[in-house]
Formats: sequence, structure tokens, C-alpha cells
Amino acid sequence: MEPIRVHSGLVYPLNRSNVDTDQIIPKQFLKRIERQGFGQFLFYNWRFDEEGEKRDSFTMNDEKYNDASILVAGDNFGCGSSREHAPWAILDYGFQVVIAPSFADIFYNNCVKNGILPVKLTEDETQAIIKKAEQQMLNLTVDLEKQLVVDEEDFSFSFDISDYHKQMLLNGWDEIAVTLTNEDKITAYEERQQIIG
Amino acid sequence: MTQPKTIIEKIWENHIVHQEPGKPDLLYIDLHLIHEVTSPQAFEGLRMKGRKVRRPELTFATMDHNVPTKQRHIIKDEVSKKQMHTLKENCEEFGVPLADIDHPDQGIVHVIGPELGLTQPGKTIVCGDSHTSTHGAFGALAFGIGTSEVEHVLSTQTLGQAAPKTLEVKVNGKLGTGVTAKDLILAIIAKHGVRFGTGYVIEYTGEAVRNLSMEERMTVCNMSIEAGARAGLISPDDTTIEYLRGRRHVPDGEAFDEAADQWRALATDEGASYDATVEIDADEVEPQVTWGTNPSMCIPVSANVPDPASQEKDYEQDAVQRALDYMGLEANQPIDSVKVDYVFIGSCTNSRLSDLKKAADVIQGRKVDEKVTALVVPGSRTVKEQAEAEGLDVIFKTAGFEWREAGCSMCLAMNDDIVPPGERCASTSNRNFEGRQGNGARTHLVSPEMAAAAALEGHFVDVRKITDTAVNR
Repeated sequence: MEPIRVHSGLVYPLNRSNVDTDQIIPKQFLKRIERQGFGQFLFYNWRFDEEGEKRDSFTMNDEKYNDASILVAGDNFGCGSSREHAPWAILDYGFQVVIAPSFADIFYNNCVKNGILPVKLTEDETQAIIKKAEQQMLNLTVDLEKQLVVDEEDFSFSFDISDYHKQMLLNGWDEIAVTLTNEDKITAYEERQQIIG
Repeated sequence: MTQPKTIIEKIWENHIVHQEPGKPDLLYIDLHLIHEVTSPQAFEGLRMKGRKVRRPELTFATMDHNVPTKQRHIIKDEVSKKQMHTLKENCEEFGVPLADIDHPDQGIVHVIGPELGLTQPGKTIVCGDSHTSTHGAFGALAFGIGTSEVEHVLSTQTLGQAAPKTLEVKVNGKLGTGVTAKDLILAIIAKHGVRFGTGYVIEYTGEAVRNLSMEERMTVCNMSIEAGARAGLISPDDTTIEYLRGRRHVPDGEAFDEAADQWRALATDEGASYDATVEIDADEVEPQVTWGTNPSMCIPVSANVPDPASQEKDYEQDAVQRALDYMGLEANQPIDSVKVDYVFIGSCTNSRLSDLKKAADVIQGRKVDEKVTALVVPGSRTVKEQAEAEGLDVIFKTAGFEWREAGCSMCLAMNDDIVPPGERCASTSNRNFEGRQGNGARTHLVSPEMAAAAALEGHFVDVRKITDTAVNR
């Protein structure tokens, strides 16, 4: 996974709460056995109508957001299923950072494991970004090292992230390799518990 | 005297492999359940790094999400077929036991785990599926994980996890006649919202929870994730132990009695404290129907659909209006005036034998409304056989229901069981998200009894009104 330290990019504002994983990537696209190529299906039922034509009413289809790389949304983002296809789709589409007041637990973990930075801001801070981004093209800088979201003109918001998640993202760790450095402790546990292979 | 502990803390402490300051605890995983949709990329990850499955015997796979329910072997969708075939190949290559499409144990992963006795109190159980919380009914710590975590567990039999906060959901009093476990969990989510459990593991306590059967407890724990909690559990008691006695993967004879003593000792200690507690009175719960596009958008069957104008903030008003638009409903409309096109009885929430029996009690001697397409999808091949042995299939078919093969089916419509755009379904499943049962499909979550009643009347109705032979609880 690619490390992420400082990311600057264009905001796409999605002012909806409880965006669930069925919206992020509908189930008909979960049948593939690869990790790649899910970006084309991101928010599929919102972006496309029954005939597969782009819906003008969904602002993400506006060309001005083609290069957006920071997704900003309402609370409880990523609720619902455990499908990692959701962060795969978000990343493959081109988003590196997702900002919201809160995230579903499984989705949050899934983001970190794929090098997507999930940023929790307050409701008011998130709304401030969304309102501004709805009025103008908004570029933000998200600094993971300093835990700051900065807009050159108006604001600088700090955010919390666990030190472990931060280090994982900064270093792009292979978590399995990290765990396997403790393999002796796993074996010791199995012996203690008489888990016989 | 030792500090009183919750079952959550006890299971956690029993599974710590390694602790380090500033890092999540490394937890041992006792049971890893696998299905065809969220595992292929994990196995591929192992292959790319030359890694093995550490404990294939603690891993168990089945096929459920994609499987056809009309005729098991006719898989029209080539991509689905490939995904199922890939699971079979992966299980063979890595030595993982598999109940495939032809196996008599096949079924929804959260139905067969308990059925086979793989699910036991005190275990840590994971699966690449958010409804893994179901297994918490047994006093297991069970939660859904993503595919990267599936790969991690396959490779190491452990998972790095930050210790969760504990949340007690205490249900006082007794549920009324005709009010079910499904109504209870929907009422809890309606009252407290879809994220009150985020960051927590829930323990359900109280008189009404103690009175639930094991299958009812599974229905409650199943929907913990719809409240945001990755896991929800219930301390084991005699009900748990009697359910497990004699199951295939459970010890027998003296070893069972020993295990039972250990399981009882896991129950939360008197005086243990939780990080948070919410309470609800069971006797206030009525049969529920969801009206919107998440499970908290839910009202009693006697109530009216809400009005966006009653919401405080503008984006909340937008959310209610958008849900009404999607669902094709008017503000303030009585929910029991809403007609249904489809009725689905099934899913990991409500597809067990007792669910089917309760629905059959409602429909026995009656007919499905002629405008309604109704289907029953048993949760496993074992449930299907047991139901057929009791003649339930005849009751359903005579009433006009389709009687299908086991699988996830119309809960998420990954197979051919799809609700068409704009059509409305009374469903015993767990999610009423936009498009969940088909692009443009409109889902209303209800209990099996309420689904059966809606099938008969062609619209939502309080099941207590149409059957004076009280629905047996």
C-alpha cells in the first residue's frame, strides 16, 4: 500500500449522512475476484440511471469534479456491509482522503488498510467545508503528520487519528508482515491454549 | 475480591496474544468463517506473498451470497459462477473445509455456524461479512471484517484490534403477544439511531432478552451492525447450553458438562460496569415497519410516515424527503395503507426454522393476495429439510408462496432473486438501503409474522389483527 503524508487536492462535497456501502458500490459489482477496477462502479446507482446514462442531477457527474481527490460527506459514512470493495472503489476512482464527522467502524479500518486517509472533523467543520465547496472549487491540504486540514484562505482544522493508524498510513505498512514479527507469541498462545494443528 | 467484569472484557482478555503500548491488542481468532464474495482477493494476497493458511481447521467456508435458489445448479451469471468456482479452488489449495453448493450443510454462513455447533460461547469469531454479529447470541465475540483482515486472519489466525467500549442495551419487561425479536431490535434502532453503537460492543441484557429463544437472540444480535456496533452479544445461560447440546462440533458427555460450566462462568458478573447503558421497555414495543432507506427510519405499524417538516436541520429534512421520494411515500401517510408487490421471508436475520414456523402459523389455511409475489428462502439446507419434515413447505406452497433453496437470495439480490425497480417488498432481512434488493427496489423491514400478514392482505397490517390464534412466541 502507498504511504500518505501530505495530500493536496480538489474537494467533492457530498452533503448526505449515512452513506452506506450499498450506495458506494452496489452488490452487482461484488462478483469480481480482483481488487482493481472498481472505480467505474463508485456510487453507481446515483451516477447512472437504469439505462446506464449519467444522471445530471448527481453533481459528481459534473466535469469540474473530474480531478477531485478529497471526498467530504455527512456523518456515519460507510455504514452497512464489510465489503472492502467500497474503499477499493473510492481509491480506484481517485479519492485519497475522505472527510466526515463520523465513519462506520469496519469501513474506517478498511480505508486505513488501503492507504485512504479517513479524517474525522466536527459536524460544524465538515459543514463549513461542504458549504464552501458547493459555492466554489475548493482545494484543501490534508497533512497527516500534523493532523491538520488546511484551506489557504479561511481555516485550519485539526483532527484525531490513533497513533497506530497514523503510522500505518505514513509508512504504508504490510500489516501481516508486522504481525508475523510476533509469530513466536502466536505459537506460544496456541501452546498455552492447546490449539493443536 | 476481583473486579467484576463484563463478558466482553472476559473474552477479550482470554484472547490477547500480544500487547504493546500505542498499538492495538493482537487477538487470537477461534473461528474464521468464509464465503465466496469477500475472500477471493484475500486468497490471492496469500498467493502473491507465498503465505499459507495458518489454521485451516479453525476456518470454515460455504457458498451463500451468489447461489441460485430456484435450481441450485443453474447459475446463469458467469461472473457468479466464477466466484463460486474460485472459492472451491482456494479451499482445495489451502486445505480449508468447505460446504459447497452440493454439500448437505450448505447455507447462509450465519445460519450454519450455530446449526453445526461451530459457534460457541467465549469464542472469537470473524467473517468477511458485517452480519457476523449474529453469533454473539451465544456469548461469542463475533464481528465482521474487511478482505484485508480476512487475509490477515488466514495468514496469522490473529487480528490487531483496539479494545472496544462496552454498551449495555437493557430490555426491561416482557414483549407482548405477537411482538417479536425483530420488532424489538427495529424499535431499539428506531429509538437510538443507526450509529449509537459505533465504537462499541453491545451486550443485550434484561428480562425480555433472557426470555428470548436462541433463534430470537440471533435475530437481535444480527442487527447490532445496523446500530453501528460491529458486535453484539448475550451472556450464555441455560437456553444457550440446551441449544448447543448434541450439536456436531460441540463436545459430548462429561466434556460437554465441563464446557457448559466454563460457558456459564463467562456471563457478565454482578456489578460489572459498562461504558454506556441505554434502556428500553419491551411492553411498549409494537410490531414495526421501516418506511425509509436505513433501519432507523422505522415506525410502529399503527403509525404514520413522518413529515420532513418535523426535522430540525435542513440536511435532516433533505434526508427524510429523499427517503420518501425513493420509497414512493407521502408524508403523514398511514404505513398500513401501503401496498406491497413482493414478500421475502429469509436472510441471516430471519430464515431459521422457528421463523418459518411462525410465518406458517399466520398463513395456514389462508391465501397470498393475488397481486403479491411471495417467497420463502430457508437459511440452510438443514432448515429446509426440517421444515419439509414438519410440512411447512406444503403450508407455504398451498397459500401461494414459492418454496426455494437455501441462500442469501433477495436480502441483497446478488443472485437472480431481484425486486424490480419501483416495486415494493415486505422483507424479513436487515437492510432497507436504496437498491439493496434491486436497483430502484423499495424495501420495508418487518418480522416474519408481519411479512406473512402483508402477503395475505396485500398491504401492511398489524399481524395481531388478522390472527386471533395468537402467534406463538
